[in-house]
Amino acid sequence: MSIAWYLAVSAIVFTLGAIGVITRRNPLVVLLCLELMLNGGNLALIAFSRMWGNGDGQILAIVVMTVAACEVCIGLGMIVALYRRHLPIDVDELRELQG
Amino acid sequence: MSSILFFIAAIGVISGAVGVVVLRNPFYSVLALVGHLLSLAVLFLLLRAEFVAAIQVVIYAGAVMVLYVFVVAYVGDQTEPLGERLRNPGAVGSQLRLGGAIVAGALLVELLIALLGTGLQAIDGKGAGYSPGPEAFGTPAYIGKLLLTRFLLAFEVASFLLLMAAVGGVVLARRRHGLEEDDDEQDVLTPMNLLRPRSTGTMAEGIGRRPEGVHQAQTSRPDAGSRFTP
Repeated sequence: MSIAWYLAVSAIVFTLGAIGVITRRNPLVVLLCLELMLNGGNLALIAFSRMWGNGDGQILAIVVMTVAACEVCIGLGMIVALYRRHLPIDVDELRELQG
Repeated sequence: MSSILFFIAAIGVISGAVGVVVLRNPFYSVLALVGHLLSLAVLFLLLRAEFVAAIQVVIYAGAVMVLYVFVVAYVGDQTEPLGERLRNPGAVGSQLRLGGAIVAGALLVELLIALLGTGLQAIDGKGAGYSPGPEAFGTPAYIGKLLLTRFLLAFEVASFLLLMAAVGGVVLARRRHGLEEDDDEQDVLTPMNLLRPRSTGTMAEGIGRRPEGVHQAQTSRPDAGSRFTP
């Protein structure tokens, strides 16, 4: 398969993730959709890495995975903190910075 | 053969992504994301990124998704009450949905133009040459050599970022206002109870127990509980 097919798949996955981030209201699902967007980026990075026969893209993909793991850690910690303080688990309701 | 595998994996990737966005129960969204990640690992393998595919399956689909499943189970079944909203969304709601669809379509078109409309000749090819071997492109030896030579700084920064995220996760998820009184408290006084500050999220606090000395220290401070009311 030519590299262009992989790039098309990565664009579709990124767009689906963006749709989820825009439309969903549960912060857990918003985090999942952020993962989708990062995965779309990762697929494009690895496709370009294969295209040039150069490993830099794969290293960057690994770093993106690390950043995604950190983001999940912080995001889930925030959701657990929200739940402990009996705040609504809904991004439409959480409009104020002051808790 | 590889194109058949590509289409199977690509259908898995895209349907998993659609499932994450569309499914109403967060637990099913997590499961759809696991399927998406496994299919994506197949695509990575087709692109000869063996090591990245392996850590995708082991770390992403394994560890990170287990964390998600735990949090979904902890927070509870927060299925969005969207049935009513979908049936009659109201004027503003339907306009918002139309706007979301337009934004998404524009984003997709823009991304496709940006990725596929480039002047690069090579995106129509199958990629650079590849010769199998113990240190071929994408093998753990290749990635490890790159990580520890050319990208050593990125490697260290990533490890430091993980450390900061771990500390931040503990700080965010700890108990802020102490614990309720428990009748069957069985405290074992250890030196660590006296040394560490109160409510630092130990295992004993996690299951609802609190050391005696820490409890005394908290009740002597009147402002301790009032700042973070539940």
